[in-house]
Amino acid sequence: MERNLMKGNEALAEAAIRAGCKCFFGYPITPQTEIAAYLAKYMPKNGGVFLQAESEIAAINMVLGAASAGVRAMTSSSSPGISLKSEGVSYIAGSDLPCVIINVQRGGPGLGGIQPSQSDYWQATKALGHGDYQLLVYAPCSVQEMVDKVTLAFDMADEFRMPAMILADGLLGQMMEPVTFPERKTELPPKPWATNGHGFKREHNIVNSLYLVPEELENSILDRYKRYEVIKANHTEAESYLCDDADIVVTAYGAAARVAKSAVNRARAMGIKVGLFRPITLWPFPVKEINEACKNAKALLDVEMSMGQMIEDVKLAINCSKPVHFFGRTGGVIPSPDEVLGEIKKLSDSNQ
Amino acid sequence: MSLKLKKYTIITGHYGSGKTNFAANLAVKAAEEGEKVTVVDLDIVNPYFRSADFAELFEKKGISLAAPLYANTNLDIPALSFNIEDFMSTDGKVIVDVGGDDSGASALARYKEFLLQNADDIEGICVINMYRYLTGTAAEAVEFMREIENASGIPMSAIVNNSNLGEETTAETIENSSAYADEVCRLTGLPLKYTVDASAGAEVKNRFPAEIYVKKIWEK
Repeated sequence: MERNLMKGNEALAEAAIRAGCKCFFGYPITPQTEIAAYLAKYMPKNGGVFLQAESEIAAINMVLGAASAGVRAMTSSSSPGISLKSEGVSYIAGSDLPCVIINVQRGGPGLGGIQPSQSDYWQATKALGHGDYQLLVYAPCSVQEMVDKVTLAFDMADEFRMPAMILADGLLGQMMEPVTFPERKTELPPKPWATNGHGFKREHNIVNSLYLVPEELENSILDRYKRYEVIKANHTEAESYLCDDADIVVTAYGAAARVAKSAVNRARAMGIKVGLFRPITLWPFPVKEINEACKNAKALLDVEMSMGQMIEDVKLAINCSKPVHFFGRTGGVIPSPDEVLGEIKKLSDSNQ
Repeated sequence: MSLKLKKYTIITGHYGSGKTNFAANLAVKAAEEGEKVTVVDLDIVNPYFRSADFAELFEKKGISLAAPLYANTNLDIPALSFNIEDFMSTDGKVIVDVGGDDSGASALARYKEFLLQNADDIEGICVINMYRYLTGTAAEAVEFMREIENASGIPMSAIVNNSNLGEETTAETIENSSAYADEVCRLTGLPLKYTVDASAGAEVKNRFPAEIYVKKIWEK
């Protein structure tokens, strides 16, 4: 297998090209700009369109248009830019259109900062725009996993006709790691609903999110929620690491999970029975998997690069059956493995 | 080994070639040989993983660091605070770490006139890595080097082979890149100054033993 050293953002971009993405619309913002820079160079060479829009709002609405025409389309941004896109994302969800959105998170709120953060968990999983809807949310923790999840996100978005998000962060976007790319996709599933010209051979298709009759709108939402149930039942993903005999289970996703894993290994070397549970799908949250992972645990420790957002899903998933403690750094500060180790030790001492 | 550095060493290369790690190693070795060293972080492209990260290491080794005004802060402004006069009057050896693409190298063009006037005092090093996705063939690496030369106006004078696969690097990884490095040298007519080996024990030409200073937070 050919191994290449790639910067996270470049790998996301190359993975999109290989997944058959033909349209990218974006607007620059640190720390995700390399995605756009890479696609500006290589999308045209691969028969696709790169367009730097006049704003994030324009970019997401171009994604809506391209997706409606049946093309694999993507946009990327970082936290403040994703907020700007939220209206368009809601319209895309309401129109049952597939697309991929990448958020390389940075510190917020407001303009915040350019250093890595995970403070958009709530936005991604609960409320990226108005209305009853969900996004598929993937939280990779390595450059290789970012590549794999971009491919999966395009496939799942098409299959379930909904937007999918890669929730990365500045650290994952900027760091270098070896990767292997999948083969290029040459054939994609047909999209009989696409508004790509009927050629007088079929009825014209309509893509729309406006319903004049409340019952029709309700039915469209109920249909969507039936699909969500299928996804919840079949498409959750998580990693459990040394959880079987663990007294303490650390929960973390993305870059924070890399830090947490180092801390878990250091704690294990000291004889503390601790494991790591890492959700890979944030929506749907891996409920079954987390209950399995912490069945022998006395307590959980949730670690995030935020003030604590995923912790609410952790508590809900285990129905508050065990104490869930929290440690986080925010505003672009990354917790160190030793800081997390300190929290694990504190918990371990109080459990004795 | 004795480095015999020229007054100015300009280090360029694709981001991910490992030029920042090489620059740090070169600075530390020079300082250990008793040189007075200044590292100039001219990277206006990368927001993270840059020479300015080594402030603490450099202080311990007595190496001066000149970094962009807002490096490693939340201000997304590629402002360069040092001027040509400071650059010229610096005592000892100067190592310049340039941003990892043609737009990064354009920052160097600001000092072009001064540097070209002192061409005999300058070593322009292009750092290459066979395992980088877009510089994986010698021809691609040379094309990339030309882009940087065109943007900066500064010709390169030596090649440093820093081929590595990050944490997966073995002696074999490095040894397998020798033919690639030779081909880059042949195509450019430039000498292979070093083959960097971060403690993998590779048997290679002009081996430059190095430490890995650029680390991810979970490796610290």
